[in-house]
Amino acid sequence: MAKELIMDIKDFSFKYAGAPKPSLMNINMPVYKNKITAMIGPSGCGKSTLLRSINRIHDLYPNNEYTGEINLLNVKSDEFENILDIKKENDFIRLRQRVGMIFQKPTPFPMSIYDNVAYGLRLDGIKDKNILDEKVETALRDAAIWDECKDRLKESAMGMSGGQQQRLCIARAVALKPEVILFDEPTSALDPISTKAIEELISELKKDISIVIVTHNMQQASRLSNYTAFMYMGELVEYNKTEKIFLNPKEKLTEDYITGRFG
Amino acid sequence: MNKELVFKRVAFLSATLILIVLVSIFIMLFFDAKSAINKYGVYFLVDSRWNKTIEIKSTESKTNPSKLIAKTSKTNDDVSMNNDNLFADDSSVLGDSESLDNSAGDKAVDESVDTNTNVKTDTIFGGYIPIVGTILSTLIAMTFSIPIAMGIAVFLSEIAPDFLIKPVGIAIELLAAIPSIIYGMWGLFYFAPIVQNTFGGSQMSLLIAGLVLGIMILPFMAAITRDAMNTTPDVIKESAYALGATKFEVVKDVIFPYAKVGIIGSVVLSLGRALGETMAVAFLIGSVFKVPGSLTNPTISIPVVLANNFGEASGDMMSSLFYLAFILFVFSFITIGAAKFYFLRGRR
Ligand SMILES: Nc1ncnc2c1ncn2[C@@H]1O[C@H](COP(=O)(O)OP(=O)(O)OP(=O)(O)O)[C@@H](O)[C@H]1O
Ligand SMILES: [Mg+2]
Repeated sequence: MAKELIMDIKDFSFKYAGAPKPSLMNINMPVYKNKITAMIGPSGCGKSTLLRSINRIHDLYPNNEYTGEINLLNVKSDEFENILDIKKENDFIRLRQRVGMIFQKPTPFPMSIYDNVAYGLRLDGIKDKNILDEKVETALRDAAIWDECKDRLKESAMGMSGGQQQRLCIARAVALKPEVILFDEPTSALDPISTKAIEELISELKKDISIVIVTHNMQQASRLSNYTAFMYMGELVEYNKTEKIFLNPKEKLTEDYITGRFG
Repeated sequence: MNKELVFKRVAFLSATLILIVLVSIFIMLFFDAKSAINKYGVYFLVDSRWNKTIEIKSTESKTNPSKLIAKTSKTNDDVSMNNDNLFADDSSVLGDSESLDNSAGDKAVDESVDTNTNVKTDTIFGGYIPIVGTILSTLIAMTFSIPIAMGIAVFLSEIAPDFLIKPVGIAIELLAAIPSIIYGMWGLFYFAPIVQNTFGGSQMSLLIAGLVLGIMILPFMAAITRDAMNTTPDVIKESAYALGATKFEVVKDVIFPYAKVGIIGSVVLSLGRALGETMAVAFLIGSVFKVPGSLTNPTISIPVVLANNFGEASGDMMSSLFYLAFILFVFSFITIGAAKFYFLRGRR
């Protein structure tokens, strides 16, 4: 059982710098390997906060306070390591290469399509043109966008459509072969067709990568995910297999939320 | 009445106004400079003589490449009335009283000079020294200030802890608002001795003027660059960090390209300011018409020549001053245009 986990969050609490009260309180949640975990809950309940703790993007800003453990499986040694212990810049970089992140709005860099995908690879020290070419192509194929942009790799990524940009960002993250990818409402700024493309892409990706996705869209959560976590006011109210959460929730609050009675 | 239409018209008018002002300045400068342009031609640009009286010998007209010489030596043989005018213009050389008192005998003297030795005098103006002074002082200022301004901007937008951002930011904005004459005074009394002690040279020099000019445009450049950098959305930076970038890489690969337009705008505006700066430079550059052999020598720049000489200028000198102003105008226009074109080409 424990072997199937990629992450294990234990008693995690988080308070933003200067905030009067914590935004997350005693979160306990597993993340299963090669599965999709959805996080749902009303606005402001702390989904993004939790997601951003997992690759420690919060640490770009000073004075946030947190306690507890976020354990990430080290695939090589097959042991869990608490990522909250990380202090050195190099280890942060390693962590972020292992745990990728996709944001709500597409975030292409002001450079060419090719350079966008090659960016993380170059940072990782890959300089050989042939290897780069190959990895960029694989990543773009994995992100199902190769056909659309193979003839315009040298063009600026800023000229792509929103849906294409989002898939480019996924390609950029996938290129690094991360173990986990975190998606924060990746389709909420996109049209239905692009949304469908991204959803298909995410289900494809889970073959190799464990996925955590925050979404406001109940259908999306139920269609895509294997596990669902329902959060409310900084607490994890209920966590279970997706069918159970949607068909047979234990908590009254969960039921009210997914049936649309509030939120 | 359609409000939309009125709004459009007003906006259009305001935009054309700028063009009209630009073109009219150009035309004004050109026409006032015209006589100097005709007289000295392009040679003005490389002629290091300013307000220099020379003798003209018609027999030696070949030796000097200046157009002027050929022209005046030709007129020597023409009506003497022309020669009188020439002398009257150059009264500073001969002395007013003399030429007026002897106005009756003028002709005779002139002719005798003509026939005996063929010697005449004229005053020559060339712009080489102020042009070089302007370019060098601006270059020094830019090389000094660009890296420091970028450093300050990066520090303020990315590195500085919260409690420093506000006070340092405000200090920089205040510095940017100080009138240039104060920089000139400060430079003369406090900064110049330091530079002189470290680099040697004279009390006023190209180097001191350039450095103070650099210090003067620095806060302006830093403030605008910082503002431009701050427009980079946090998520874009975060996604670079999320790919394993270090702070330095984020600044280099994301923030700079993202803020490029604003940064170049700030550099170009500062460049314009440095090229045209008068007061601070007038205090520090030494105001002598000498080609600076080294950076620590005094020299002069175009705006300083203009400010120092317009009061008592007339005739050729006046026209030459306008010629200098015209050169400064065209030069600023070209540098700024080229900088914008070069750095912003290929941008969508
Ligand atoms: N930078 C911050 N500083 C202080 N408080 C913050 C900060 N960001 C978020 N919060 C607070 O933390 C709580 C959780 O915010 P979070 O962004 O995680 O919510 P969310 O579940 O992602 O909401 P949404 O669905 O709207 O994205 C909110 O109460 C919010 O006000
Ligand atoms: Mg959120």
